[in-house]
Amino acid sequence: MTIQAISTTRRAFLAGSGGLVIGFTLVPKIAAFAAESGEQAGGPDELIALNTFVKVGTDNTVTVLSKHIEMGQGPFTGLATLVAEELDADWEQMRAVHSPADDKIYANLAFGLQGTGGSTSIANSYEQFRKAGATVRAMLVAAAADEWSVPASEITVEKGRVKHAGSGRESGFGALSTKAATMKPPVDVKLKDPATFTLIGQELPKLDTVSKTNGKAIFTLDIVPDNLLVAVVAHPDHFGAAVKSFDDSETRKVKGVVDVKQLPQGVAVYADNTFAALKGRSVLKVDWDLSNAETRSSEQLATDYAKALTDKGIIAADKGDVEKAFGENGLKILEAQIVFPFLAHAPMEPLDAVFIKAADGSLDVYNGAQFPGMDRNTAAKVVGLDPSKVRLNTQITGGSFGRKAQFGSPYMQEAATVYAATDRSRPVKHMWTREDDIRGGYYRPMYLHKMRGAINADGRIVAWDQAIVGQSILGKADLDSTSVEGASELPYDVPNLRVVSHNVKLAVPPLWWRSVGHTHTGFAVETFLDELFQMAGKDPVEARLQQLTEDPRYAGVLKKAAELADWGAKVPEGRQRGVAVVKSFGTYVGQVVEVSAGADGVPRVHKVWCAVDCGIAINPNVIKAQMEGGIGYGLGAVLFDAVTLGKGGSIMQSNFHDYRSIRINEMPHVEVAIIKSGERPTGVGEPGVPPVGPATANAWRRLTGSPVRSLPIVAVATS
Amino acid sequence: MVTFTLNGQTTTFDGDPDTPLLWVIRDFEKLTGTKYGCGVAQCGACTVHMDGFTRRSCITPISAAEGSDIVTVEGVEGKEAEAVRAAWIAIDVPQCGYCQSGQIMSAVSLLQNIPKPTDEDIDGAMAGNICRCATYHRIRAAIHNAAASMEG
Repeated sequence: MTIQAISTTRRAFLAGSGGLVIGFTLVPKIAAFAAESGEQAGGPDELIALNTFVKVGTDNTVTVLSKHIEMGQGPFTGLATLVAEELDADWEQMRAVHSPADDKIYANLAFGLQGTGGSTSIANSYEQFRKAGATVRAMLVAAAADEWSVPASEITVEKGRVKHAGSGRESGFGALSTKAATMKPPVDVKLKDPATFTLIGQELPKLDTVSKTNGKAIFTLDIVPDNLLVAVVAHPDHFGAAVKSFDDSETRKVKGVVDVKQLPQGVAVYADNTFAALKGRSVLKVDWDLSNAETRSSEQLATDYAKALTDKGIIAADKGDVEKAFGENGLKILEAQIVFPFLAHAPMEPLDAVFIKAADGSLDVYNGAQFPGMDRNTAAKVVGLDPSKVRLNTQITGGSFGRKAQFGSPYMQEAATVYAATDRSRPVKHMWTREDDIRGGYYRPMYLHKMRGAINADGRIVAWDQAIVGQSILGKADLDSTSVEGASELPYDVPNLRVVSHNVKLAVPPLWWRSVGHTHTGFAVETFLDELFQMAGKDPVEARLQQLTEDPRYAGVLKKAAELADWGAKVPEGRQRGVAVVKSFGTYVGQVVEVSAGADGVPRVHKVWCAVDCGIAINPNVIKAQMEGGIGYGLGAVLFDAVTLGKGGSIMQSNFHDYRSIRINEMPHVEVAIIKSGERPTGVGEPGVPPVGPATANAWRRLTGSPVRSLPIVAVATS
Repeated sequence: MVTFTLNGQTTTFDGDPDTPLLWVIRDFEKLTGTKYGCGVAQCGACTVHMDGFTRRSCITPISAAEGSDIVTVEGVEGKEAEAVRAAWIAIDVPQCGYCQSGQIMSAVSLLQNIPKPTDEDIDGAMAGNICRCATYHRIRAAIHNAAASMEG
């Protein structure tokens, strides 16, 4: 095995034993094998370094190294589509695996380091991965030209076959790959005209489906090496609490419990198997020091948030003269306050990581990393190794919705601390239970919106005054754009607009949650606006169209959703419809929902018509899936979900019985239309979420007369 | 010592009899298709078949499995299982995929009992299986698809 870096300033190549490899960095062979085959990684001494970016096997397979984590949102399929398009590959030969962790080579071009989030995977990779495919194609063609002694210009590639019409020669990629690896990669490759795309835009089947139907897909939790030590940590019931003392006498009596250790994050129980660790933790007695803890209840927080409204705040938008505008005659004025709760992400696979020391003292870490480079560096620091001695092997992960994208890697900090506290002779798996997950913080923060709006006799909104109180997700003292996005750049043409942000500090750690600021700004803007239009007796679709800004893509999705729903047609007795349109992460989504009151008085959402404009549609199958899933995820939260702090600040929820997930019997029928577009592709992982909540609340208000002023719509326990 | 059949193989376990079937399957038998999601029978990610019925393995102590026939996603077979897998693939149901073993085990059981389920039947049989990616829309379509394919 030789590593031959041709150039570090442009795409270099490397000849591996099995064919053509394009790329720059080191990947442990065993990890690549694990990802490709769905098999569990083997012994650490078999680790052999090779380079990969796009790999063409002698067996004709084309393997794409995804710099983005596959957590259900589809980058394996999407990135492979970009490569396959320019490579003129056959879809059947495409494969995808995770790339190794490298903040330079595998950087998200929107972030400047490796990371998945903000619905950027396709957007930032659109040219990069097409170029990778086109480069491989050129090298295969050069190899064929050399092999067949014909001019490269006469060679064509179609569906994975390299052909020369004149001589009648043809070949698959595999037979050419070893030679292709010796060809000089072109400095600059020409990319296709989108009009000639044959794979982009097709409903190609996802690459990771089969292994997810037979139990063979390997998630971090499924890595079960011999001699594994399983660790769980007892966490406090209050945010900011610390261990005062603990009594592990009962824990140590549990058969299989190996050790108990106090760590900064809590008390770790180590055992020979998962059940022993859980049982040991369940009988552990910990006394917590609450002196730095959050001891306010959610109700007290809401009161304190309201007080924060009297602070000066930070101006996020200021247009026209809002105070003067509200004083004009002949206006209808509406005021409202809307309270949004903390939300847990609750991915199906809670946080977990596996640590396996190699014979040479280096370390393999397996986890579902959205920021693999950061996680690797954090693990390296905690265990006292140089980052070059730590291999972060990104695994497919059981959902995330933002939870596994943590700046500063606090989860990895805990997991690596758990590992580092052992003698490191045994592999260690650290796992969070569902209770750890629901009670573990890093929530979508609690927010309060105070709204004031004025609508004139023509039914146009002429003044808009919005104050938003909440934690800064980015921990900023000044304006955090994630607190106000979607409100400060209001898509409606309102001449007098003011948006003020008030940052508050809590001991509850905040985090982005699928669609970030739009989770609450989309709701506040689209419900308040709808209520104003209703006051003026306007049709909610017509009124929006009249006041949307010049950007035609908003109107495009709104009109399309209305058309799908046959807006204006008679709605069945006992039902009402609502509409909302939200742009997030560059993607425009309009939704119409149809709602009735269920037997228990809970909103029953029957149907959602959704139109999405995400620029060039790479894979309509994935786009539709993300709209369907985003709708279910957003709807479940709006209907049922809150993490609340009870008296004294203790966390009230603990599992799916009191932090409800939407279930199949509550899932609406969803119909999705994708707007045909030649614009640059934007993401779809998040933008399906924001409109469904306000559209549902709008339908509910029109059905019941009750505007939704606090979420979730179905009350949860607060004390 | 507990003796049971796991995917047709006679299997024994002599550890803590309180150990949930889930962790015996995963930690000791290293069949990891069956997932942990909640530990309290709320999410269905751990669903297996026990003597022909769906069972939440996370709350089933291994002592209750004595003499039982346990089937996991790795071992489930028959025309319903084939139809369900084929439909899941044809409709591209999974997103993250973590809950899908449990979904598939519940769907197979549903079709074994009701070959042509209505939407209400599907709600009744599948409401115990949470999918946080909310692939429910496609799960429903795939079950109807599987039922139709078994008729033909």
